Amino acid sequence: MDSEKKKKMNRRTFLKGAASTAIAGSAALTTGCKGKGLLGSSEAIALEFQEYFKKHYRLMTQTERDETIARLERIAKLKQDVDIDIDSTGPQENVLYGYAFNVTRCEGYMECVKACVKENNLDRASNTQYIRIFEMEHGQMSPDQGDGKYFHMVPKEGHFYMGVQCFQCNNPPCVKACPTKATWKEPDGLVVVDYDWCIGCRYCMAACPYWGRRFNWNQPQVPKEKITKKQHYLGNRRRVRGMMEKCTFCIQRSRKGKVTACVEACPTGARVFGNLLDPDSEIRFVLDNKKVYRLKEDLGTDPKFWYFID
Amino acid sequence: MKKNTALKDLFSFVRDTFIWNISGSIGYQIYLCILVCLMMAGVYGYFIQFKLGLSATNMSNIVSWGFYISNFTFLVGVAAAAVMLILPSYIFNDKDLHKVVIIGEVVAVGALVMCMTFVFVDLGRPLQFWHLIPGIGHLNFPSSLLSWDILVLNGYLALNALVPAYIVYCHYHGREPVGKFYKPFIFISIGWAVAIHMITAFLYQGLPARPFWNNPLMGPRFLASAFAAGPAIISLVLHIVNSATDYKIEDKIFNKLRIIIVSAAVINLLMLFSEIFKEFYFPTHHSQSAMYLFFGLNGHDSLVPWIWTAISINLLGTLILAFKPFKGNQIFLMPALVLLIIGIWIEKGIGLIVPGLVPSPMGEIISYAPSNVELLITAGVVGLGAFIVTVLLKPALIIEKRYEETHGNSH
Ligand code: SF4
Ligand code: SF4
Repeated sequence: MDSEKKKKMNRRTFLKGAASTAIAGSAALTTGCKGKGLLGSSEAIALEFQEYFKKHYRLMTQTERDETIARLERIAKLKQDVDIDIDSTGPQENVLYGYAFNVTRCEGYMECVKACVKENNLDRASNTQYIRIFEMEHGQMSPDQGDGKYFHMVPKEGHFYMGVQCFQCNNPPCVKACPTKATWKEPDGLVVVDYDWCIGCRYCMAACPYWGRRFNWNQPQVPKEKITKKQHYLGNRRRVRGMMEKCTFCIQRSRKGKVTACVEACPTGARVFGNLLDPDSEIRFVLDNKKVYRLKEDLGTDPKFWYFID
Repeated sequence: MKKNTALKDLFSFVRDTFIWNISGSIGYQIYLCILVCLMMAGVYGYFIQFKLGLSATNMSNIVSWGFYISNFTFLVGVAAAAVMLILPSYIFNDKDLHKVVIIGEVVAVGALVMCMTFVFVDLGRPLQFWHLIPGIGHLNFPSSLLSWDILVLNGYLALNALVPAYIVYCHYHGREPVGKFYKPFIFISIGWAVAIHMITAFLYQGLPARPFWNNPLMGPRFLASAFAAGPAIISLVLHIVNSATDYKIEDKIFNKLRIIIVSAAVINLLMLFSEIFKEFYFPTHHSQSAMYLFFGLNGHDSLVPWIWTAISINLLGTLILAFKPFKGNQIFLMPALVLLIIGIWIEKGIGLIVPGLVPSPMGEIISYAPSNVELLITAGVVGLGAFIVTVLLKPALIIEKRYEETHGNSH
């Protein structure tokens, strides 16, 4: 086991090494000519060409995964001159992620939305957001009656707030719909998209009862200095035009044992995230001791996202 | 030796069909030119869309399917309708319809090519379409209805292209086609036609997220409207063939088709009425989409004139066809056919797709109308379909007529 891991690591370092030799070589070649330019970009083209033929993420061996990650990191370096680090950590044993949202506490500051945009490298040009906060009047229960576009001082008298994002359904209709298996549920409960395998048919979008998915109608844009460099293959890495994306409970953070960016950012502590299989976790405390409810229970999607009231 | 003659046969067949296709009256040449222009417009539109991405369309995260998928849905029905000619002519041995069954099949091929093209231009990442191809890709079968649809549509295309191709090819060489080579496929294609339409309906029907679509009447209603609109389009093509070529079609045939169309249209209207009743007798939260479609919501009423036009001309067309106010010449029924086709196109295209997506699951309401790029591409796809129907039909009819003259009507 261990030696195998080492070998993989070696392979990856080797690939990175090979890549840097290649730059060194091309740099040497281009010195004295016209600066960078031609050779650098032809390397990017060659890498993207190889990327085009790669397999579905779930069908790749670890070596193949390491290779594609090395290529993606190299492409980012060549194209945007950023050093990103793409991770491929798999699901951990005995972990099932769940989320709870305290309706009483949320005051609608939308710090979570900001943190999510930053953490997940969401498109700034079209203002893509995974999280939506709805301002609701008392007596309302479902966000589709609330106001998702409020723009004023919060909290507003006589109102409360509800956050909505992908609920990581345990029985996800989006996964069932996808014709290429480009989206699926991981063993730890996260519903992810293999961006490079998605063909952009948007059937999953029609199938989602919670409006949890976002499509890249344009080429997404993230200013170079704002890119979050710690990335996951199934998470916040670069997307291009025509790909579907969605909230993954910050897979790049949660699989490393951290909480999601929205939980970390929330100033009121309205957001609770954790391992449903761990009896001592905060999320389990909420589920065991509070009155909780979920949206559209009647559809049988079994979301792993609960609302509760203090 | 034998192989050599077979090759020669094939060669002369291809050569002759090509010559027949490019030769014709000035009017025919102009018609072909128009089709080519339409296709060029489509290519230009697609070029823009390819450069800008799907943001060149008016679709959004709320109306995530638009004009392309609407047209696709309508055309699946047209393709399926060929069965209304195949069934009586092969199973009940109806001699009259047998004469035009090839026209129905060719229209189906054209419709299917258009369907496929519409799905293709709707993809966000068309270069990755190979991910769908079984074997090299990773098709989500049998779970995803879209993967079912892709398989059955391609299968149906193969059936409707190869069977007539074989028959016409035999007739070209003055041979009687061998029944056991093609009859089994005819039977398969009958069931298959129903399947393509039901599966396309299930594509929408299977989404509990969209109450407007999640309705068990969807499949049967798709079939009824298809069996009205499809034969109506075939009738139109027959009228054109009748007046533009020397392949004469008897009034009997038009009459039979008319009866099929009227029966299907009446059933379709009944089911439409049943749906409207459900939505408006006791409106629930789930009736919002229907409200949006028929009356508009929060000032978003772009679909309202369309749907009322659709329903009125649907009714009008059906009534004219049923009661034939202009006795005698069938050609007077053409406007009624056109009305019916347009009515069903609106109702089953944009009037079905857009309200399914609005209001969004989070309650947002927006208006949608196709962008210029969407219109250009659609024009191109329609041009492509008409072109395919034309170039397949022209030689086929020449061959069939020649064969009939030399071999009589004995088979
Ligand atoms: S909320 Fe929507 S996108 Fe998320 S898992 Fe459920 S169906 Fe899929
Ligand atoms: S848009 Fe992508 S993820 Fe969604 S159904 Fe289509 S291929 Fe699958």
